[in-house]
Amino acid sequence: MHHSTASQHDRWKHLYKVMSKPGPHCDEDWTPGSAIIDMLESTKVLGAGGLGCEILKNLALSGFKDIHVIDMDTIDISNLNRQFLFRQSDIGKPKAEVAAAFVEKRVKGVRITPFVGKIQDKDEDFYMQFKIIICGLDSIEARRWINATLIGMVDPENQESLKPLVDGGTEGFKGQARVILPTLTSCIECQLDMHAPRPAVPLCTIATIPRQPQHCIEWAHQIAWQDKRKDDPFDSDNMEHISWVYHAALERAQHFHIAGVTFQMTQGVVKNIIPAIASTNAVIAASTTSEVLKIATGCNPYLNNYMMYAGEEGVYTYTFEAEKKSDCPVCGNLARKMDIDPDMTLGEFIESLGERAEAQLKKPSMRTEEKTLYQRFPPQLEEHTRPNLRLKLRDLVEDGEEIAVSDPAYTIDFRYRLVFK
Amino acid sequence: MLKIWSMKQQQAQAENAESAAGNKKKKVTAAQLRVQRDLQELTLGNTMKMSFPNPDDILNFTLSIEPDEGMYKGGVFNFNFTVNQNFPHDPPKVKCTQKIYHPNIDLDGNVCLNILREDWKPVLNLNAVIVGMQFLFLEPNASDPLNKEAADDLRNNREAFKRNVRSSMAGGAVRGETFERVLR
Repeated sequence: MHHSTASQHDRWKHLYKVMSKPGPHCDEDWTPGSAIIDMLESTKVLGAGGLGCEILKNLALSGFKDIHVIDMDTIDISNLNRQFLFRQSDIGKPKAEVAAAFVEKRVKGVRITPFVGKIQDKDEDFYMQFKIIICGLDSIEARRWINATLIGMVDPENQESLKPLVDGGTEGFKGQARVILPTLTSCIECQLDMHAPRPAVPLCTIATIPRQPQHCIEWAHQIAWQDKRKDDPFDSDNMEHISWVYHAALERAQHFHIAGVTFQMTQGVVKNIIPAIASTNAVIAASTTSEVLKIATGCNPYLNNYMMYAGEEGVYTYTFEAEKKSDCPVCGNLARKMDIDPDMTLGEFIESLGERAEAQLKKPSMRTEEKTLYQRFPPQLEEHTRPNLRLKLRDLVEDGEEIAVSDPAYTIDFRYRLVFK
Repeated sequence: MLKIWSMKQQQAQAENAESAAGNKKKKVTAAQLRVQRDLQELTLGNTMKMSFPNPDDILNFTLSIEPDEGMYKGGVFNFNFTVNQNFPHDPPKVKCTQKIYHPNIDLDGNVCLNILREDWKPVLNLNAVIVGMQFLFLEPNASDPLNKEAADDLRNNREAFKRNVRSSMAGGAVRGETFERVLR
């Protein structure tokens, strides 16, 4: 008994050190001690997506005890080289469940609740229960979705509604970690421009003078196949097709004295796969989970707000503060308060919008969550909503209700919270 | 959890965006806002009309296409549009309400249009979709069929395909399948 308590303590020794003594960078108001450790252990966190194994292991070993994980994938044989919680016998089983069971067994006292499914299957009530969300998602779409959802949840009345989002992502030897405080800091949508689409090799390079083995594979895939096997639609899961492309690419590469075309590379190029690198995932997962630890406990300043990592040649990281975009369609679009006279008609209100300096909306359409107030186009909706122009605002909206206004003259939309004078 | 909340309150004061006391009001969703904008920017021309069974619900509507040229000229084709709350990340769902003879529309009304499926991107808008729908009636496409028989007819014998289109639009049968009368 005594022995197990001692070894338990040993396991958390280093964590306790950080939590029980102030450091040079910690906030003046921060009080180290057991209260912080209690808080850490009771903090409910959600991990989502592909960096799951690393993130789950790190959270559990950082002292979090109430961890939830959501992932829609099942275990594939190709995961086993780096997703160390999975074994051959787990192939085909849901990742979330296997990972949760493994970590629970290995780290005593941790509770991990798995959900098998898409993050999009869950609603605001689900996300509301967590303190912090940590994501290692594998697509931009999923990131945008969770970002917009968390920003939409922020309610100025309720401080629990603001959920810090820690996002990590990797691609080959590159990766990034970022901290997003919904509505306060730059969000994923603000930063979308930074994800440049993968540069496509111009077809002329592929068709005329290839320089890299990949160019030869693209040639075999896009040009030779069309030439020789036009009526046979290319299927990247068909081994015979890949093999045909591989041999065609190999022949072309030899002709141009280019080395390096392999079957695996062929498969990667035609399926547009960038190999996942275990060490990159480990670095990024470590970075994101330590941000979660810092945010949850306040033991040290957290990342402000973007860390990029490049591991192709040596190891390089750079940290900077991504700025909020004022015209961000997700976070730059929060409702502004507007005092209005409820006895004004909707028509008068629309006219007054044209006079407001910041808006100068000439042809606005507008609605509340429930009602289409006025919609200029298409004609059927215009006819239907035209009678509203003569109605008083108090008969159309509630005091404090939000309206959203679009105007073709502006690329952004406006949200106002109408407060009755 | 650090001073995140006090940061939020400072921001609220700075922007005068503090909330009125009381109940939380529903916010216009991102999907609604985007549809409101998309509707304003539609170009319907003479060949398309929209109707809204519930004008307060702009996420569900019907589009009627009346092609003024091509093989389907003279018909009126109705499509139900269902836009979900994940729009524009998800494409709208579009379904033909009539049983028609068309290589890219199956007998249940499912529509095969690249931008409604694999090529959908959030930068595309409703106008792109309705232009694509209109195009399906001007240039039915045999290479990516949903109605394989119709696609085979189009590929093998264009004249016979045209005759089939005419008779199906009049409510006739093609290869034993009876179609809905869609003539204006």
